[in-house]
Amino acid sequence: MSDLIRKTAAELAGLLASGEVSSVEVTKAHLDRSAAVDKAVHSYLYQNPESALASAAEVDRARAAGEKLGPLAGVPIAVKDNLTTTDAPTTSGSKILEGWIPPYDATVVAKLRAAGLPILGKTNLDEFAMGSSTEFSAYGPSRNPWDLERIPGGSGGGSSSVVSSFQAPLAIGSDTGGSIRFPAAVTGTVGTKPTYGAVSRYGLIALASSLDQVGPVARNVLDTAMLQDVIAGHDPFDSTSLPESLGSMTEAAKKLDIKGMRIGVIKQLSGEGFQAGVTARFNESLNLLANAGADIVEVSCPSFEYAIAAYYLILPAEASSNLAKFDSVRYGMRVEPNENATIERVMAATREAGFGPEVKRRIILGTYALSSGSYDKYYGAALKVRTLIQRDFDAAFAKADVLVSPTGPTTAFKFGDKIDDPLAMYLNDIATIPANLAGIPGMSLPNGLAVEDGLPVGIQLLAPAREDARLYQVGAWLEQAHENIWGKRMIDFAPELEVG
Amino acid sequence: MAKAELMNYEMALEQFEVVIGLEVHIELNTKTKMFCGCRNEFGNEPNTNVCPVCIALPGALPAVNKTAVESSIKIGLALGCSIAPTGRFARKNYFYPDLAKNFQTSQYDEPIAFEGSLDVETPSGKVHTVLIERAHMEEDAGKLTHIGGSTGRIQGAEYSLVDYNRAGVPLVEIVTKPVFGAGAEAPELAAAYVRSIREIVKALGVSDARMERGNVRCDANVSLRPHGTEKLGTRTETKNVNSLRSIERAVRYEIQRQAHILANGGTITQETRHWHEDRGATSAGRPKSDADDYRYFPEPDLVPVQPSKELIESLRASLPEKPADRRKRLAADWGFSELEFRDVVNADLLDSIEETVAAGAKPQAARKWWMGELARIANESEEGVVPNITPAQVAELAALVEAGKINDRLAREVLGYVLAGEGSPAEIVAARGLEVVSDDGALIAAINDALAAQPDVIDAIREGRMQAAGAVIGAVMKAMKGSADAARVRELLIEMANK
Ligand SMILES: [Zn+2]
Repeated sequence: MSDLIRKTAAELAGLLASGEVSSVEVTKAHLDRSAAVDKAVHSYLYQNPESALASAAEVDRARAAGEKLGPLAGVPIAVKDNLTTTDAPTTSGSKILEGWIPPYDATVVAKLRAAGLPILGKTNLDEFAMGSSTEFSAYGPSRNPWDLERIPGGSGGGSSSVVSSFQAPLAIGSDTGGSIRFPAAVTGTVGTKPTYGAVSRYGLIALASSLDQVGPVARNVLDTAMLQDVIAGHDPFDSTSLPESLGSMTEAAKKLDIKGMRIGVIKQLSGEGFQAGVTARFNESLNLLANAGADIVEVSCPSFEYAIAAYYLILPAEASSNLAKFDSVRYGMRVEPNENATIERVMAATREAGFGPEVKRRIILGTYALSSGSYDKYYGAALKVRTLIQRDFDAAFAKADVLVSPTGPTTAFKFGDKIDDPLAMYLNDIATIPANLAGIPGMSLPNGLAVEDGLPVGIQLLAPAREDARLYQVGAWLEQAHENIWGKRMIDFAPELEVG
Repeated sequence: MAKAELMNYEMALEQFEVVIGLEVHIELNTKTKMFCGCRNEFGNEPNTNVCPVCIALPGALPAVNKTAVESSIKIGLALGCSIAPTGRFARKNYFYPDLAKNFQTSQYDEPIAFEGSLDVETPSGKVHTVLIERAHMEEDAGKLTHIGGSTGRIQGAEYSLVDYNRAGVPLVEIVTKPVFGAGAEAPELAAAYVRSIREIVKALGVSDARMERGNVRCDANVSLRPHGTEKLGTRTETKNVNSLRSIERAVRYEIQRQAHILANGGTITQETRHWHEDRGATSAGRPKSDADDYRYFPEPDLVPVQPSKELIESLRASLPEKPADRRKRLAADWGFSELEFRDVVNADLLDSIEETVAAGAKPQAARKWWMGELARIANESEEGVVPNITPAQVAELAALVEAGKINDRLAREVLGYVLAGEGSPAEIVAARGLEVVSDDGALIAAINDALAAQPDVIDAIREGRMQAAGAVIGAVMKAMKGSADAARVRELLIEMANK
């Protein structure tokens, strides 16, 4: 196996720029890796090697012609299958969209193409990004390269497993309540949910519009930063996109200095409910930061107690409306009952057959939460909680520059452990959800391995809206500190996958 | 369907107070749609003005059309409304195949404009103040065509076709508060109100305001309550009444229908009703209750519209003349009698006459054409609309008469050819050789022929019996198939007699 697949995106970019390797070679190496391991890992729902290699050849040609190229030109990438692509089916993990080839590229996909990143394929996810394990993908789960019997996190388990199994150096994810960060934590990788509006949502198949955010996934902080710099920016096609630039994440990731930085520990997200090994590694990192000259302060966010409840009203409410468009009239699956096929019956039969159990559960929840008798009690109350959570963050960020918590309460759990217990599954997102409710940026990065199971643990960093750069500054420093202690990158502790 | 029993209109008014409420949808004439860059155009091939946004492809997002917002604010200002500093969009959720997203992006609790009023003059000359509750922005749905089945409705159709060209076209919905005290004039007031709204949006230039194309659509709410009682009666909502005449008839019909039911101890069902112009009746549609659950919630894909004070003030400064002021001005300019002017207003011909005058016609000539021959043709037409002729063509016709090129009889003939699509009046006169003959040579020849048959006429004229000339003029006209210049024939006859 080519050693190109173990290189970081930044390293590959250097080799490409100096002409030591071509994009076709790099892309080919990753495609070969997928051919060898993806049967076991199942990161991809779709791959189009010809199209990826054609893009790579085009970058090589442009480079040879001396054309001006972006910093990641020629570095291949995987894209979560809830972003539209004109050269690949886009299913969002659902049977209702099986085989649908969009007539337009998502803005993020268009930016990747413009920046010269060959797209290796579309990665797996829980159906319409509803889940924390990929077990709700209509096309079967992805597996965690650290232990194939365990979940790679969700909904973006395809993107987390694709980078942790070295099938791609970079991937795009989307995060509605932790779908980038939790998968990163359980696979020993890095993922950022940028500030709401920092990255265009145009072409992202919506789960919950006010919570969804597209973001970068990689094996280290610098790569993640470079990718965010490629995909961020104002998009007139997304009205909620921020007008201003948030500056260079790549620069922030290179500072490696945290002296005087105020690090806030969220009282409500530490201790109880977290696996012992998770808490132990979290406390070690706090000591590292303190010893390096950061101020560790405790902050209290009392409204976080209601975050999951509010989230599971707001998300289903928006999702129930966003998913109404899947009605068989214009695209996607169409199921006609044998007799009396009125439009209502065709719509109902299609949605019955096309949506999986978690999607149906959330549509029903959301429809109920918005109905006239329960709006104030549920949806309206949830919006109030959302405001309170934003206020908690405001108060916390008055005392701290960056907040920290464990990313998830546990390391990767086994398939089937939580599939029949929606509440247990939902509790997985307890630390990640508040950032989506408040629209602030969050990152998960490797935080060592848990003593009890040897599996990766993640630490979450949170910053005020528009201050994504702080995540990269602190994250890169912490990553370096861990590497110094452990002697190598966390991902290098992952067992070798059997090549078949 | 059996025709409902109706109470005599005067009796109905004796027993009940009429309360009406009007919801008028204005289709804006912006270049592009409300939330995407597709062309907002009528009459194109089905599904050609569509994009990922307006056919609701997964991943597509709306972006607000700024011009549509400005047009909405203009409408609000022209109706004396306050403009909301923050106007939020909301999703109105319901499944229907003409609605690509299966929700309509509309405004709910934060409309762009609210609390206004409009003075409306009814044909009797009375002015009613109609209070406006709100004007809000929303998007139109696509157009369904139901194939198979006898009714043309979705029930019983074999299949249906959807055209999304109209999906996402910007609409402004203007909602009145309940209108009390119109009495017997309620139907006329309803029509006059919609006419005023049409005049306003046309003057603002924000809509083509063509009712026959659905640019202006009216839903009329009607309820009755016994005189002297407070509680509002149960209302019905008659949908999409698409001409001024239909609005008046539909409201009158609902008053009579509801009065009959109430007077006989029945109750009114809260429902939408459909107006059938051919039968002159409404029929029950879908039952509607206040509990209709559209699960409104704030549209998370759009940020609130926040028009600046400066924008609002600059739009206010750009507002055109108010319809009432315009009428005063036109009445003075044209010099019509009060009755003539009111007839023009009631016939909804102000615009046509104004444009005809602007194209060079004298006001009285323009009035004569539109209120006379064209109105007659309109009345005889099936749809009751003024036939397909432009004000410029009417002005051209009037100019030809004025210049003596054609006479009235020829002008009516030319008009027929214009309506048949043969071209402009001048082209038709030239092509068909319809010009009045005032060439003396041809006329004298024809006069001589006529005199040969009636030799006594010259003597009669010499003796001052001018009525005798009529027979010769008639004969000349007949011989020349009506194209003789009658006045010149008369002059020539007198000259000949006096030689
Ligand atoms: Zn469109």
